[in-house]
Amino acid sequence: MSGPTLASRRWRQPSVLPGFGLSFGFTLAWLTLIVLIPLATIFLKAAGLGWSEFVAVGFSPRAMAAYRLSFGTAAMAGLVNAVFGLIVAWVLVRYEFPGKQVVSALVDLPFALPTAVAGIALTALYTPGGWIGQFLEPLGIKVAFTWVGITIALVFIGLPFVVRSVEPVLADLGREVEEAAATLGATRGQTFTRVIFPAIGPALLTGFALAFARGVGEYGSVIFISGNMPGRTEIAPLLIVTQLEQYAYAGATAIAVVMMLASFAVLLLINLIQAASRRRMGA
Amino acid sequence: MIHLRGITKQFGDYPALHGIDLDVAPGEFIALLGPSGSGKTTLLRIIAGLEFQDSGTVQLAGEDVSSLPVAARNVGFVFQHYALFRHMTVADNVAFGLSVRRGKHRMAKAARQARAEELLRLVQLEGLGTRYPGQLSGGQRQRVALARALAIEPRLLLLDEPFGALDAKVRKDLRRWLRDLHKQVGLTSIFVTHDQEEALELADRVVVMNQGRIEQIGAPDAVYMDPETPFVSHFVGETNRIPGPGGEIHFRPHEIIVSPDGTEAVLVDNVFRKGAVWRAEGLLEGSGQFVELDLPSNQAAPRLGETIRFHPHRARMFNADGDQTQGETR
Repeated sequence: MSGPTLASRRWRQPSVLPGFGLSFGFTLAWLTLIVLIPLATIFLKAAGLGWSEFVAVGFSPRAMAAYRLSFGTAAMAGLVNAVFGLIVAWVLVRYEFPGKQVVSALVDLPFALPTAVAGIALTALYTPGGWIGQFLEPLGIKVAFTWVGITIALVFIGLPFVVRSVEPVLADLGREVEEAAATLGATRGQTFTRVIFPAIGPALLTGFALAFARGVGEYGSVIFISGNMPGRTEIAPLLIVTQLEQYAYAGATAIAVVMMLASFAVLLLINLIQAASRRRMGA
Repeated sequence: MIHLRGITKQFGDYPALHGIDLDVAPGEFIALLGPSGSGKTTLLRIIAGLEFQDSGTVQLAGEDVSSLPVAARNVGFVFQHYALFRHMTVADNVAFGLSVRRGKHRMAKAARQARAEELLRLVQLEGLGTRYPGQLSGGQRQRVALARALAIEPRLLLLDEPFGALDAKVRKDLRRWLRDLHKQVGLTSIFVTHDQEEALELADRVVVMNQGRIEQIGAPDAVYMDPETPFVSHFVGETNRIPGPGGEIHFRPHEIIVSPDGTEAVLVDNVFRKGAVWRAEGLLEGSGQFVELDLPSNQAAPRLGETIRFHPHRARMFNADGDQTQGETR
């Protein structure tokens, strides 16, 4: 038996956990099959376009407006969810109340609901004649068929991500650090901003990232409430479907490639921030 | 310095404290000693203001703080599991209590940093200020927690099982170190422990608690040598209990004289070295009571199956109600 080569020795630390080779190989194979190959075909398809045509379709004014709308509303919805999801998680962790399990199950409902159902329901509520829309209309606030409506749909879809990311970290934080801050003379507000918030920051960022990513790719719940006016309320995923309906497969993949690269860049950045904060805490 | 009067506390149906009275003099180092569920931690948390009594008063330095919130009591508190702020550096942890001050008590950043450094020097963690708590050992973390509590110049220091999460060796070192620190700083301190050795080694006075009541308050030597109740006798140090006239006779394993005409006899069924002595265990002839005896280890070890005759040269007698009927005997 020959010893491990230099390269494999660097990768593979001696460990009591068996099966690194097997499980790492499996992980790579699985990710390749499930994620990389399908994505690679998109790149291959788009490559068939040629550079100038790719730019013409992928960066057309209509496409640029769709990207702005998709990324902007997804970020906005992620932020709204970060704030209110944190409050929901806080209530679920810190307080005991009757019906807590029911509330907890309600949080997960947006995961299970077919997104089109959510879209139809929200549209019915927010159109000028709808239950909520009729009160907003006299105030001059238009929700349905504007970016506000899109954001509301994405808030609905993204809520569980923030709640479920923050909940375990908040539970793990425990009362003792809050008590410690109080014995040191901190007010409730100072305890929250200086002790609790920084501790759950990374988890909140994860929740935001997941909600954001989901929002960027969301299609079903948005198309009903957005009105789909090209250049104004047309989201990027819809633009792709429109292209497909016109049998412009290469054009569709060009838009998909731009979206994918942008999403990947944002998610990678968030992951890097988290890795840095984890390293700092020495965990 | 601290005056507690008639402190009671109930958790639901469970009575945690029944009317505790306690006075602590300035500069004293007090141990609250008792098994889990004795109410010692609850009492400490009430003094800190982390918990509120159902009735009774808490007086600190002449001021009635009974209903004052924790943040206004200016009391240093050290938690068993350190409760450090993991996202802050060690120095920021120590300076936290200074950085949340407002108004006229507000301190400049440079002054806070200088104070943190001074405290880290005091707890012998100089130069570790830029680390994060996650990068320190358990003993170091507990010292950071102590420095953080001392930074606010508290009027007293409360420690809840401060060594509970540490391993034996670190525990012992930290214990000695804490005693020296107390001598140096002279701050009135109360610590909670279930470890009698810790209480006897560190404290000026030991408060032995059981089931929400104070069983005995006294110097470590007095609590060990002259326990006033069967509980204290049993909980503090090792004690043999053998039936006597009208109650129980309590004596320590070493409080015996071995002689051929001893009044008691034990059939030895186990022998081992316990530090500087031989520990012989067996059943008492007659009553069948299990007893432990310490015999000098400069003599040959007792043999298994041997019968040792002895009598206690010093013992306490308690009647069935737990009252002491006779102090030092024989």
